[in-house]
Amino acid sequence: MNTRSYTPFAKLLHWAMALLILGLFVVGFLMHDLPLSPWKLKVYSWHKWAGVTAFLLVLARLAWRLGHRPPELPEAIPRATRALAHAGHGLLYLLMIAVPLSGWLMSSAKGFQTVYFGLLPIPDLLAKNKELGDLLHEVHESLNLLVVALVVAHVAAALKHHFVDRDDILVRMLPGRKPS
Amino acid sequence: MKRLASILIPTLMLTVAPAAHAVEYKTVQADKSRLSFGYRQMGVAMDGRFSRFTVQLAFDPARPAAARAVMEVELASIDAGSAEANDEVAGKEWFNSKAFPVARFVADAVKPLGGNRYEVHGKLTIKGHTQAVVAPATLTPQAGAAAFDGAFQIKRADFAIGEGAWADFGTVANEISIKFHILASAGK
Ligand code: HEM
Ligand code: HEM
Repeated sequence: MNTRSYTPFAKLLHWAMALLILGLFVVGFLMHDLPLSPWKLKVYSWHKWAGVTAFLLVLARLAWRLGHRPPELPEAIPRATRALAHAGHGLLYLLMIAVPLSGWLMSSAKGFQTVYFGLLPIPDLLAKNKELGDLLHEVHESLNLLVVALVVAHVAAALKHHFVDRDDILVRMLPGRKPS
Repeated sequence: MKRLASILIPTLMLTVAPAAHAVEYKTVQADKSRLSFGYRQMGVAMDGRFSRFTVQLAFDPARPAAARAVMEVELASIDAGSAEANDEVAGKEWFNSKAFPVARFVADAVKPLGGNRYEVHGKLTIKGHTQAVVAPATLTPQAGAAAFDGAFQIKRADFAIGEGAWADFGTVANEISIKFHILASAGK
């Protein structure tokens, strides 16, 4: 079974974003418990800058994807499973937008504006409001937990395709293989 | 005798005449006054305020040279943006508010700059460090009262605010801008 591969640009964006998002998770979950210090303030800023970068990347990725359909999933995969895969990918895209948006809104509500790389101030859409800030923190956290669950399932599915089904679903996303 | 009178009378008139019309602003309305500050943290503009401070004021616009002002700020009343930050700045490295609970500003000269503008010269003491500061201020008369609005900048390092790990200005900038709005009613 040999299907077309993802284009190199699609692969690049997928893996760059996968790494970035995994990094954001780890940093995000660890940084809250740091004692207040210059280091903590730096880490928070880096998290926010990287998060905004992820947001810009997913916009670019979606814009690019509109004109570049990904390779079809092979017919051998049951229709319902294919639908599930598409739904899962769609949800991942949605969350890649919703998570940074919630982070940005939370920061505004907590009274900490986001200034991209310390240079470009991103306007605050919300005024400072502690209750709303705490609520948006919950939102950011819950959405992230949802992403974690989905990514675990996503990775498990990719590995199952490779090692159990022995098809090339994983391989066609791996770097190095030319689209055919 | 005549000569003396010709000197004395105009001099007396000069000093007495304005005083007869002048109001002296003395009673500060704490609930209508504000003391806020701003700084940059990782390039982000932050602001905060102190909610408890007292001002002893005697200011007659006609006699700025005789003005007196003493402001005392209860450092524990800070709102630096978040509960975490408020706890932090009370600590030894920042204000050390246990040992130095009060910041004090004592004006020692008020220079008129023309119109409603003045320049307040004074000494600011925080955490046992005293520095001379100059604050431009404007006076806006209102019914039976006047608002003094002004702003000036200090460098936190001059007062050892933010020591140890915080001494580096890369995260929290050295420059702190301070803004005041003081409403005082006219006393007799
Ligand atoms: C894809 C992008 C992002 C991911 C994967 C991500 C992930 C996370 C995670 C896992 C946490 C820990 C949640 C918790 O348990 O408290 C977190 C916290 C946080 N995130 Fe994000 N984040 C992203 C984007 C952003 C953006 C764009 C901003 C702001 C502009 C932001 C601001 C924050 C802040 C301020 C916290 C800490 C909340 C606190 O501890 O009080 N995040 N993030
Ligand atoms: C090490 C972790 C990961 C592995 C092994 C992995 C693997 C894969 C593979 C093999 C595909 C292609 C599926 C196909 O052939 O149709 C894919 C697509 C996709 N992955 Fe991942 N992935 C990982 C992490 C992530 C992360 C963290 C995200 C985002 C949060 C993500 C989002 C997506 C999306 C949205 C697609 C669909 C691309 C499209 O068709 O437009 N992946 N992934």
